[in-house]
Amino acid sequence: MALCNTVIPIKSPSGQISYKAQSQDEDALVNAASNLHMVLVSKNGNNAEIHFNRRVVQYEILDVLEFTSDRKRMSVLISDSESGKIFLLSKGADEAILPLAYSGQQIKTFIDAVDKYAQLGLRTLCLAWRELGLQEYLEWSRLFKEANSALIDREWKVAEVCQKLEHTLDILGISAIEDRLQAGVPETIEILRQSGINFWMLTGDKQSTAIQIALLCNLISSEPKGQLLYINGKTEDEVARSLERVLLTMRITSSEPKELAFVVDGWALEIILTRYKEAFTELAVLSKTAICCRVTPSQKAQLVKLLKSCDYRTLAIGDGGNDVRMIQQAHIGVGISGREGLQAARAADYSIGKFRFLKRLILVHGRYSYNRTAFLSQYSFYKSLLICFIQILFSFVSGIAGTSLFNSVSLMAYNVFYTSIPVLTTVLDKDLSERTVTQNPEILLYCQAGRLLNPSTFAGWFGRSLYHAIVVFLITIHVYANEKSEMEELSMVALSGSIWLQAFVVTLEMNSFTFVQFLGIWGNFAAFYIINFGISSIPSAGMYTIMFRLCRQPSYWITMLLISGVGMGPVLALKYFRYTYSPSAINILQKAERSRGPMYTLVNLESQLRLDNNATDSISSMPVKKSSVYEPLLSDSPMASRRSVASSSFDIFQPAQSRVPASYPRNIKAS
Amino acid sequence: MDSSNAAGTSNGGSGDGDPAAAARRNTKMPKYSKFTQQELPACKPILTPKWVVSVFFLVGVIFVPVGVVSLLAARDVVEIIDRYDDACVPVNMTDNKLGYIQNETISKECTRTLTVTKDMKQPIFVYYQLDNFYQNHRRYVKSRNDAQLRDYKKANQTTSCEPERTTADGKPIVPCGLIAWSLFNDTYIFNRGNENLTVDKKDISWKSDREHKFAKNVYPSNFQNGGLIGGAKLDSSIPLSDQEDLIVWMRTAALPTFRKLYGRIYVDLKENDTITVKLDNNYNTYSFGGKKKLVLSTATWLGGKNDFLGFAYLIVGGLCIFLAFAFTLLYVIKPRKLGDHNYLSWNRHPAGR
Repeated sequence: MALCNTVIPIKSPSGQISYKAQSQDEDALVNAASNLHMVLVSKNGNNAEIHFNRRVVQYEILDVLEFTSDRKRMSVLISDSESGKIFLLSKGADEAILPLAYSGQQIKTFIDAVDKYAQLGLRTLCLAWRELGLQEYLEWSRLFKEANSALIDREWKVAEVCQKLEHTLDILGISAIEDRLQAGVPETIEILRQSGINFWMLTGDKQSTAIQIALLCNLISSEPKGQLLYINGKTEDEVARSLERVLLTMRITSSEPKELAFVVDGWALEIILTRYKEAFTELAVLSKTAICCRVTPSQKAQLVKLLKSCDYRTLAIGDGGNDVRMIQQAHIGVGISGREGLQAARAADYSIGKFRFLKRLILVHGRYSYNRTAFLSQYSFYKSLLICFIQILFSFVSGIAGTSLFNSVSLMAYNVFYTSIPVLTTVLDKDLSERTVTQNPEILLYCQAGRLLNPSTFAGWFGRSLYHAIVVFLITIHVYANEKSEMEELSMVALSGSIWLQAFVVTLEMNSFTFVQFLGIWGNFAAFYIINFGISSIPSAGMYTIMFRLCRQPSYWITMLLISGVGMGPVLALKYFRYTYSPSAINILQKAERSRGPMYTLVNLESQLRLDNNATDSISSMPVKKSSVYEPLLSDSPMASRRSVASSSFDIFQPAQSRVPASYPRNIKAS
Repeated sequence: MDSSNAAGTSNGGSGDGDPAAAARRNTKMPKYSKFTQQELPACKPILTPKWVVSVFFLVGVIFVPVGVVSLLAARDVVEIIDRYDDACVPVNMTDNKLGYIQNETISKECTRTLTVTKDMKQPIFVYYQLDNFYQNHRRYVKSRNDAQLRDYKKANQTTSCEPERTTADGKPIVPCGLIAWSLFNDTYIFNRGNENLTVDKKDISWKSDREHKFAKNVYPSNFQNGGLIGGAKLDSSIPLSDQEDLIVWMRTAALPTFRKLYGRIYVDLKENDTITVKLDNNYNTYSFGGKKKLVLSTATWLGGKNDFLGFAYLIVGGLCIFLAFAFTLLYVIKPRKLGDHNYLSWNRHPAGR
């Protein structure tokens, strides 16, 4: 236990030894060994020194057969410096080591131990050893060196050579490591599932371990609320039949209030992904939760790819180096920077410190980001279209000759100086407070369907820009007609009208006003006039004195007021009408938040729900088939039991609060 | 040798227990500021019926009086418009108007009679109005050179003045370009009975133009020398800054129907006065179907006669008040409690997401 690893001990100045390990499993094992007085003191070069109860034993490490996800084990060849004997020490997954036991050894006790530990949700490892003869070792060592320096197919060759050595092992025992969930994991998963995100768990652990941990973190619920369907089998046919059966069950019971989830093993998954991909894809679309055990990193990435091809928006979260491929494959990759190092965090789009931060990342920041991006992109189109439409309309009265109504300075300054800053302040816009969002996670569904940025909202902005352009143009040419009709003045009036309208539009579309936004919108408005006063003071400019002349005319200001009134009136009326009589979910929550305060809502909701519990056709009316709606979440980390959706989805907060002391914190760890 | 059968032991500590790591992490955390953490105090207005109805009502209440005032101001303006381009063609040439206007031997003098409908107080503005004349055409608008007008040393700069850049033998035209070339050249003389009404043609252009755009030392040269006459000829001895008709004409209009100031009359006109106008119908608007009109008008603080603002304000104000009432009515008849969670779609079909 102390030797079969790639751990490096570091001696601190006070004499304490700390271990630097690649995986926390190894760290745990070496620490455990040192607690049992078998202390790994130093490892320099090829020599390892062990202190056992004040006896110092030196070992020479001859070779390290490193861990690969194919073999699922690692081995170390050591030679005792006292006796000169050569030993092979192996450590790995039970199904990788136990079959290699020498014939005649009773492995039943070991298998039972493994099962028992797995039921408790512990990660199991099997340890074994064998003594080698010198001749055997030398021969093998030669082959090993050859394989290691091969230029083609090196991995395969090395694997082959390792196979030659790892056989007829003497099983020493089973170790089980408790991997604690991080704090807040069950609650996070609960909330995110409520908001419409599907969760899949991909792990390298055993099936029983994985199921146990899934129950603990709200990922699946035990009978009778939830049902777990197994896809098993030893041969290809068995696997295929098992898959068919599960698929059938999924199809026919999708209308029941039971929560269905399926479990599949790594090697069964391999068969399925190669031979039965379509059936599996259908299963993936039907099920909202899945547990995949003993998956290799490449399988993880393959699964993500599969779901991406079903038009799902995928997010992969993990914290270990074996999650990197999956993180990079998904649409959004989230890495948890933690004790396993920063590999996952570096490869990810977003890197967070703990799993429970995911809730804030998705519900709070993701939502705000979506809202703001939707507004920014549509508004940018709007403001450019406004100018374009005015130019087009002007061409109708200028003989379709292509005269630009606006002079070039104004056009250049428009996009940069006159209209960019108010929109940038939308960065601070919050339509719902964070508290409301966490209490009503379903609001995420509202965004998921793309309700804020889709062809119809875009058409709305397009129509608005057309309407505003018509308003500005018609009013300008009718007020500034006959003797007032001068090119520069008219162009300035039209531009001012557009700027006034836009200041009001941004004001109307903002949901929350900080002083930064006030400053941005109205400061920019004032800046428009200041800049134009500046340009109007340059004698050689075409615009010389235009702004001053205009601001002295009462008809200018009256025209501005009229443009604003006619332009914004219908917009405000329409918005108000829709807000009050056909409100969107966001609007409702906004009103609730500001008029009553969110706490009262819980009572209302529960009573509402109990009244409507008769509607058990609830699940079928779920918009399941809108594949763009759901966001399955592929997580490498174990999760816990889930709630069925039909019953009180809103009283989570009360029981959840009481559950917190009961569920002990556990660390998330990749396998 | 390795010990075996190690029972499960718990791995030490929780993830954030490491004091060294915590200290490291604490120093890496960005400094907390309300701005970067987006916790600035904000006011979050929502569209309550009360607020919206009062806004509409307020807007209506402001707009209606403004509309009334504007309409009254527009009604105060007295305007006499007389279209003379068709009437001034001699009877025998009505089917060949183009021939008439281009024939230099035919006299272009024409006499028109105007009747004053209401009292007009001085100053009375005399405009000439052109219809269907596209001074805003792209090639027309750019056919000028402002550098030349400002500085006599830059007389040779005639870029962008095509096609009126130089004479046939390459001498630069000052002022060059189509705008100057098409200068309006009808003239008007006003008489009320026997009394001659002097038209003050000073200060009809913008002061800024006279002082900065058209220089005092630039004189017209080689102007209207070509085969095609576009409009008026200029006196080469008068500097450009004094050629007010040119300056007024070169302030291009934005619409195809426009009026330009000809002069001012500083005499009060009484109702039913008869004004006789002796005009020279020189300008050719016949070749493109344009119209020429003579306009006499007074002015108020709002400008000339333009009912549009008044009517627009009245209509919009009325609509706003109507909307205010309509929303109030709707609110009274079909009240919707604000923030009623029953309307949340996931509450209507619970668990039916």
